Amino acid sequence: MSKLVYLVPLFPLLGFLVNGLGRKSMSKSLIGIVGSGSILASFVVSLLIFFDVKASGGSVVTLFNFIKVDSFTIPFAFQVDQLSSLFLLIITGIGFLIHLYSSAYMHEEEPQHFGRYFAYLNLFIFSMLLLVLGANYVIMFIGWEGVGLCSYLLIGFWFKNDNYNYAAKKAFVMNRIGDLGFLLALFWLLLKLGTASYGDVFANVSQLSSFDITAITMLLFVGAIGKSAQIPLYTWLPDAMAGPTPVSALIHAATMVTAGIYMIARSNILYTMAPATQTLVAVIGLATAIFAATIALKQNDIKKVLAYSTVSQLGYMFLGLGVGAYTGAVFHVMTHAFFKALLFLAAGSVIHAMHHEQDIRKMGGLKKHLPITHITFLLGCLAIAGIPPFSGFFSKDEILTAAFAQNPLYYFIGVAGALMTAFYMFRLYTLTFLGQFRGTQEQEHHLQESPWQMTLPLIVLAILSVAGGWVGIPEVFAEHAHSLEHFLAPIFAESAKLAEQHHLTASQEYLMMGASTAAIVVVILLAINSYKKYQASDDTAATGLGKVLENKWYVDELYDAVVVNPLHSIAGFFKNIIEKSGIDGLVNGVGKLVGYGSRQLRLVQSGQVGNYILIMVLCMVVFFLIWFNDATIVRFISKLF
Amino acid sequence: MPIQYYIYLCLTLFSIGIIGVLTRRNAIIVFMCVELMLNAVNLLLVAFSKMHHATAVVGDAATNAGIEGQLFVFFIMVVAAAEVSVGLAIIVMMYRNTHSVDINFLNRLKN
Amino acid sequence: MIPVSLILIPLITGLAAFFLKGENAAKNWALLSSAITLAVAIAGIFFLAPQNLSYDAAWLPALGSRFSLVTDGMGKMLVLLTAISFPVIIIATAKNKYQNPGSFYGLLLLSQTGLLGVFLAADALVFYFFWELALIPVYFLCSIWGGEKRIAVTFKFFVYTFVGSLLMLAGILYLYFQSADHSFALQSFYHIKLSTGQESLIFWLFFIAFAIKMPVFPFHTWQPDTYEQSPTAVTMILSGIMVKMGIFALLRWLLPVFPHASEQYANLIIILSVIGMLYASLIAIRQDDFKRLIAYSSIAHIGLMSAAVFAHNQTGLEGVMIQMFNHGINVIGLWIVADVIEQQLGTRKFSDLGGLAQKAPVMAILLVVLALANIALPLTNAFVGEFLMFNGLFRYNIWIAAVACICIILVAVYTLNMVQKILYGSTTAVTENAREIGGNVQWMLAILVIIIIVLGVYPQPMIDLTKDTVHAILANR
Repeated sequence: MSKLVYLVPLFPLLGFLVNGLGRKSMSKSLIGIVGSGSILASFVVSLLIFFDVKASGGSVVTLFNFIKVDSFTIPFAFQVDQLSSLFLLIITGIGFLIHLYSSAYMHEEEPQHFGRYFAYLNLFIFSMLLLVLGANYVIMFIGWEGVGLCSYLLIGFWFKNDNYNYAAKKAFVMNRIGDLGFLLALFWLLLKLGTASYGDVFANVSQLSSFDITAITMLLFVGAIGKSAQIPLYTWLPDAMAGPTPVSALIHAATMVTAGIYMIARSNILYTMAPATQTLVAVIGLATAIFAATIALKQNDIKKVLAYSTVSQLGYMFLGLGVGAYTGAVFHVMTHAFFKALLFLAAGSVIHAMHHEQDIRKMGGLKKHLPITHITFLLGCLAIAGIPPFSGFFSKDEILTAAFAQNPLYYFIGVAGALMTAFYMFRLYTLTFLGQFRGTQEQEHHLQESPWQMTLPLIVLAILSVAGGWVGIPEVFAEHAHSLEHFLAPIFAESAKLAEQHHLTASQEYLMMGASTAAIVVVILLAINSYKKYQASDDTAATGLGKVLENKWYVDELYDAVVVNPLHSIAGFFKNIIEKSGIDGLVNGVGKLVGYGSRQLRLVQSGQVGNYILIMVLCMVVFFLIWFNDATIVRFISKLF
Repeated sequence: MPIQYYIYLCLTLFSIGIIGVLTRRNAIIVFMCVELMLNAVNLLLVAFSKMHHATAVVGDAATNAGIEGQLFVFFIMVVAAAEVSVGLAIIVMMYRNTHSVDINFLNRLKN
Repeated sequence: MIPVSLILIPLITGLAAFFLKGENAAKNWALLSSAITLAVAIAGIFFLAPQNLSYDAAWLPALGSRFSLVTDGMGKMLVLLTAISFPVIIIATAKNKYQNPGSFYGLLLLSQTGLLGVFLAADALVFYFFWELALIPVYFLCSIWGGEKRIAVTFKFFVYTFVGSLLMLAGILYLYFQSADHSFALQSFYHIKLSTGQESLIFWLFFIAFAIKMPVFPFHTWQPDTYEQSPTAVTMILSGIMVKMGIFALLRWLLPVFPHASEQYANLIIILSVIGMLYASLIAIRQDDFKRLIAYSSIAHIGLMSAAVFAHNQTGLEGVMIQMFNHGINVIGLWIVADVIEQQLGTRKFSDLGGLAQKAPVMAILLVVLALANIALPLTNAFVGEFLMFNGLFRYNIWIAAVACICIILVAVYTLNMVQKILYGSTTAVTENAREIGGNVQWMLAILVIIIIVLGVYPQPMIDLTKDTVHAILANR
């Protein structure tokens, strides 16, 4: 079965080509069927591969040699193992649901743009699959850049709006900054080991000095920061909301931002051997988790809140990676994919019903109009807030427990972030679904539940959000209940051997779970209570910290002032001053000097024959003096006299 | 007669020619000075030629060595004659155009 | 016989073209000629026995110069690039009207003769002859058919390149007198032993000539002006193929003949190149003119190639080889788009453009792919070349490579700026009535795009084609 792994990316690629080339001649429903069908086909193959891997382990499938030079060979090869097969399922499974949802959500578009949309979406899945399946860092890099490109195309999908285009460009450029780090790490690996294939790198990791490992992991982490939107390169992700809502779901849940987590989980041995980098990963992850959560507290755009919550949740995943809880991080990727896709798609359903209104202050009371959306959204909120037995609880708990074992401070900050998560999610929920409707009459009149293509994915995802965590029940509840850990064990085996095992006692774990759950419940009730009676008139201009949070800590402004504007000025300086007056001035100056010199020299040409002859005679005298050196002349003269 | 005397004479003639060319403005005098220089060189050529021949004859009575100098003189005289005719023609033309034989009128080269 | 026929076909047809009067007659004649050249090149490189690929005949026996031509891997690739580019250029710019078309196409074909001769020459005098033969028609093409400021600009171009050429000629003559057998042959140049002082002096004579041609910072200021003012067909030849002459000459004449000097000055030149990359990229960010943007982008890309040449390791050189071809393809594609836009809308200013994606969706897609190739996104041809070149540079010096890599961010900034300002946003007064580009141009761009993708996914044939040259260069040190 593993031999057929090339089919997994092949189907979306074909879908991309068919939809891309035939978008003018195909009907919308056909486009939708091709687009979703190709992902469904991939999903089926992925499922088969998953069970194959579960039964008989992984393998590497080489298709052809991508680049082969004397110093290294880079095969175009696919890595089929526990980690990649799990990611394949997440990507194609959630990807398929999002495609299905899109076929209804995007139905207002003209057929041509509808086709373009599905082509991009398929390409996105293709790139992500390549990223996950690649058996070496170069193939991963291909997918890595590919998802960057697709996010660029999709964020700027409505290309008539210039703000969207700027957001798209920002996403691409910020990703590129990260890619720079990835690329340098890749060169470093190729220089030191002469290979980029996972198998060879991980087997020969002992040949690397600890400086090399630290440098490589740091640089790779820079790549992950860009792609997975961590401090300081996170600002593109909230702006990426410019794209259609299902795209946001795709970027935040199934593809793109999880790439950084996947990459570090894949390179776990390298990271385990570089404790300095691990600390950095944990600290950045934790900082991002808290920082993004504070911003989310004050946002009023339904998608922006979700976007910052993604940034924050990604921070938790990096915290997990940083403290060595690789399984926990991957687990959280999975559960996060379920509930974040659900939340985004439900938000899309709300936006759809509200005719593209995204401001939660103008919503409210949607509970009775959109029952399915409401229930599923609520389940998603419970899952992300970490209420047992919803999926988010198990994965977040696993990360926080591991963080406590490493450093209790990590744990307490993490729990604070989790409380904020609960607060802003239920603020969002309350403002949207509870209370009084605050929109226009017109909007209220048209409110209705979305079609089945949109609600079916919601229901499926809601079930997954509830039950998805049960594959990873902590060992304290039951022996061998954590089936995900057993499944992924071969991937992290080497790291597990190296890392020292911290074990908390069962009572400690129970205490932590109980306390945090209780606190979260209190926060949720608080949030519901304080926003239930919300009126538009309550809204006073925020001051102090509130204003800073509303403006996202002014980070965008800071970047503009520190990086963008100076760069722009330098470029202008080069263009207008150095190039024009400096280099070109120098060249033209030489030209002018020659011109001036010849004008002066021309004066010698007086036209007086006498002058010419005089010059001629003088020159001949000089010539004689030079030609016959002193001795000759002296001898000649002495002979004469 | 020692060769030195010939050299002194030629140097003197040549210098007179140069000074004349440089200082005089009358085209005909300049022209004559040029001839003077040519003839100074001719004289020198003949003198050296005789000297070389004289030393060569001592060793081999039938030798022709050293006579090339006198050959050159003939060539120079022929060419000089041609030059004189062309030069005088130019001066005549110049006089017709400008009613003057002052060479400082001839500054058209400048432009 | 293949190299000789490659040179003779454009030469004879080019001279004949001067006598053709009609627009179509001249165009079709040039197209026919370049198609035959392409066919001969493909047949010679891929299908005929290798002994057909070299040629040697007496030329100027008194001077010790022979008309000898060889075709190694690098030569094959550049011949292929030249042969592919010309028909594409002629078809893509067929809509443009020229006064006196016979002379225009005649000069175009003559410059092709020069280019092919440069890539095939195995004798310094022959090389120099063709080097000038490629330059002079371009001078006339720019100064007769160029834009408003053409006289001043071509004068600058000519003086620049001519100064370079003369320095090179001086160098060639010096080497000729130093060579053991008083010959201009490439092989006897390779065996010349020079003292360190002599070597550095002659090295710089050659390097400046090539640096002007490429162009490397700070010898580049002729380039944006010339690209802007030349007729686009000529600009395509200049930036697509002619700048490769500089790189080619570095690899064929500079590195092997002056191994010590090129090692000694490698650091300086690499740093200069990297500065040039950053400098040109930054300027490109602020450009408002399509043609000038491509010009500066091209300077940045060439800077990387020149740095990788002097890094002098197998990985980097391999990258340079395939990037010479790929950059030619990509940049010609961009020029084609620039030309169509200028011909149709009468402007190259980004501030006047916008919203073309709605008006010309096919062009939009093709331009986006070309732009992505310019960014060197994976699975486009340029990625492989840049990956290998940066890798080579990294092997030379980690820090220089890290600084140079900043360009991959800057290139994304200015290229996406360009795409955004041309294609996206709402239409402007200028672009309101824009139409889709013509069928022929679409086909030509599509061919380029297919080459981009195919070589991006499967670059190995290209790498294998040029392997022998890389090994030969490395063996010479």
